[in-house]
Amino acid sequence: MRAQRTFVKRQPQLPLPPWVRGLVITLFSISITMLGLLLVTFLIGRVMPIDPVLAVVGERASQEQYDAVFKDLGLDKPLIVQFFYYVSDVLRGDFGQSLLTARPVADDIARVFPATFELATIGILLGCILGVPLGVIAAVRRGSWIDQIARVVALVGYSMPIFWLGLMGLLLFYGILGWVGGPGRQGIFYEDMIPSVTGMILIDSALARDWGAFWDAFSHIILPASLLGYYSLAYISRMTRSFMLEQLSAEYVTTARVKGMSEWAVIWGHAFKNIRVQLITVIALSYANLLEGSVLTEIIFSWPGIGSYITTALLSADMNAVLGGTVVVGLVFICLNVFSDLLYKFFDPRSK
Amino acid sequence: MTTLLDVKNLWVKFPTRNGIFDAVRGVSFSLGKERLGIVGESGSGKSMTGRAILQLIRKPGMIEADHIALQGQNLLNLSEKQMRSVRGKQISMVMQDPKFSLNPVLTVGDQIVEAYRLHNKASKAEARAKALEMLEAVSIRDPERVMKAYPHEMSGGMGQRIMIAMMLIPNPEILIADEPTSALDVSVQGQVLSIMDRLVKERGMGLIFISHDLNLVSQFCDRVLIMYAGRVVEVCQADKLHEAKHPYTQGLLGSLPKFDAPRPRLEVLNRDPAWREAPSVESTS
Repeated sequence: MRAQRTFVKRQPQLPLPPWVRGLVITLFSISITMLGLLLVTFLIGRVMPIDPVLAVVGERASQEQYDAVFKDLGLDKPLIVQFFYYVSDVLRGDFGQSLLTARPVADDIARVFPATFELATIGILLGCILGVPLGVIAAVRRGSWIDQIARVVALVGYSMPIFWLGLMGLLLFYGILGWVGGPGRQGIFYEDMIPSVTGMILIDSALARDWGAFWDAFSHIILPASLLGYYSLAYISRMTRSFMLEQLSAEYVTTARVKGMSEWAVIWGHAFKNIRVQLITVIALSYANLLEGSVLTEIIFSWPGIGSYITTALLSADMNAVLGGTVVVGLVFICLNVFSDLLYKFFDPRSK
Repeated sequence: MTTLLDVKNLWVKFPTRNGIFDAVRGVSFSLGKERLGIVGESGSGKSMTGRAILQLIRKPGMIEADHIALQGQNLLNLSEKQMRSVRGKQISMVMQDPKFSLNPVLTVGDQIVEAYRLHNKASKAEARAKALEMLEAVSIRDPERVMKAYPHEMSGGMGQRIMIAMMLIPNPEILIADEPTSALDVSVQGQVLSIMDRLVKERGMGLIFISHDLNLVSQFCDRVLIMYAGRVVEVCQADKLHEAKHPYTQGLLGSLPKFDAPRPRLEVLNRDPAWREAPSVESTS
């Protein structure tokens, strides 16, 4: 009886190559997650004690004006229909008008997000390039002076408030030494001089072959990016160290040594290959944190990024801007997750 | 018999908070082209002895000995770099559980090819051919497929045969097998042992077989060292193990259940503190 049942239970397979099926499944799961995110932002927008109509027409509008806008915004429709409108608006890239800047929220985000993206990317690159080797060395030379230094460096990174380090950094490297550019993304001289293509000034100025503007932008970004890099370094190096310690006591490491391999090859050729998947998770998380916009850093360096944009919008009850920003940040998280899932499959044969 | 390895007065020490702990205390033996069994309970220092020969005791552990001579060459005088050319090339080791001793993210082929190319100047294609040959020698069917597979796709018995192939491919003179069958199913233990035995014989190698299984060792080995608390308490010919004189060995033998002579109660091992302090027995071969 049982044998029969298992025999019948052969699932019909779609006549598609496996990578297409993988893609379809991934896209499907992305859209479900996205829909959930939109539902949450939609509900937040509805339960907030801020009247969206009043926000448009102002306090002194007449009842007729109020009703007209009420109808215009579709607020007379059932909630489910409103949600449908909201989703289709978002899909068309329409997050509504920002009250604060009086421009479409989508345009605002297209302006502020590249600034954050540029800063976060350089920050995470610095964090990885320095943090991963530091963690590995600290694990290999466990208990040595280099491990102690790595510990102190990470501890300072964990415990120093970022605004204080930022201010001190500005005071020292900008105010006293004059090595870097001050707050903002560019010096006044270069402002609005290069055409915006990607919104990332380093790339735009390189595309325009304006190396003066490039170095100016670089001197402005390097200090806040190093600061963010330092904070991710603290986290990444500590995690790398503990992942590495776990692997170094594994039996296959002894096998590699028995074969007669050098320590360098044992560490990077064998042990390190086994922490890549865990590292991806850690790095993706740090990167997502930075992409969300580090508000304090952005404020101190007057960096026009998404963190300070959402914060300002929130403080002035600009709900369209807040929700639009939230959706974008959520989308960034989803994309990073998908990307790290792909890397898992690439680095870990067991996940295939 | 020619002596491959001669160990004289080997100590392995670990500094702890309460002073120095001696895991191995003055062990001496010599190994020819034979199968030498090392038996003892957990913590008796048998694995540590094996690892000390390869100088793979992790810091802060220390190795001390009058000498560990490999064909007249004292390994203790070698630099770490020279020692690396001894590991794998002259002395190799098979460990207990292939689930943990093979690297999970590298293919079987990569790991075997790597072991060969570390000690032989060979192109990738040559090393690959050699690895396929070696996999066939350990009775792996379809070696082409196994080369591309990852360790988690292998069964325990296959994993251990791969491990043996990997450790024997540079053609070492001595193989240390540290409980090579303890993690395996009983049904494949015999198979793995006979493969190992055949290869060791064919190549005229010396084998140090570390185990806690008295029956297995007495059948499989030529000579047996019995270790207790970091010392060798008795050395005897494997086929004369039942004539062993030391009370510890007799105790171990007595605590084994027997099919042909079942007893309602097995003997309990009574440890005499004096064994701990008695000097190591020297093996003479």
